[in-house]
Amino acid sequence: MWIYEKKLQYPVRVSKCDPRMAKFLIEQYGGADGELAAALRYLNQRYSIPDKVIGLLTDIGTEEFAHLEMIATMVYKLTKDATPEQLKEAGLGDHYVNHDRALFYHNASGVPWTAAYIQAKGDPIADLYEDIAAEEKARATYQWLIDMTDDVDLQDSLKFLREREIVHSLRFREAVEIIKQDQQTKKIFAVGTPK
Amino acid sequence: MSLNFERDERRGREKMKTKLDNEYYRRLHELQAIDFTLVELQLYLDTHPQDMQALQQFNHFAQVRKKVAQEFEAMYGPLQNFGNSYSGFPWQWNDTPWPWQV
Repeated sequence: MWIYEKKLQYPVRVSKCDPRMAKFLIEQYGGADGELAAALRYLNQRYSIPDKVIGLLTDIGTEEFAHLEMIATMVYKLTKDATPEQLKEAGLGDHYVNHDRALFYHNASGVPWTAAYIQAKGDPIADLYEDIAAEEKARATYQWLIDMTDDVDLQDSLKFLREREIVHSLRFREAVEIIKQDQQTKKIFAVGTPK
Repeated sequence: MSLNFERDERRGREKMKTKLDNEYYRRLHELQAIDFTLVELQLYLDTHPQDMQALQQFNHFAQVRKKVAQEFEAMYGPLQNFGNSYSGFPWQWNDTPWPWQV
């Protein structure tokens, strides 16, 4: 069960209509290392991960949906006042003929989102290492996005999201240590202890 | 920045405006700040369940959050769906602004 809250996790302001930047930001909406991929990856891994880290995957997966809404808000605000001509100039002509100004789950180059971007291996270490890598890739993407705009309001929201990736990565690294310790403990008890 | 969102005129009372003025943004930011603290503490506690001090901070801010959210909802309508927030008459959930409109 999920509960929706009618507010953004962090304010999103933009200081100008900028469809070109919106096109770049879509990478974090429906791209391989984007927020949709992150949310679906973590929430799906929960069912086969040890109990000790299910809470963390649930919470980070849920937070990713809040980030997805922030990205959507950025794209919406950057494009809502753009004319079809401006969208075309920004490289969004292909998008416009298929979706008008509607959002869609594809990356900055227009490649639709696919489940092939994410993995669930059933092995907790493999899954958590993938999660750490996903956070680091998303952090890097946010940095490149910040570099692509001079809009300080937009940069502020993007910096918030970049910092969240760092915190998530840290928490996943701690989860790896928890799993390793757990596996170690089980091995020790297993020696000469019939179950 | 200050915008006026007109509420649906079908409402039984006089046409009313949810004024998105400085007070709205101040209260919204206050709630976002408290919720950020709670998200951070939640994730931290997920991997540090034995940290009593963090736990006390979490429970303290959860209480503060409840009060601030209730005040916000009394002024600007329900924040959550499925019975986690009360609604005035007529049904307020459909009222603007939605998060991307502020």
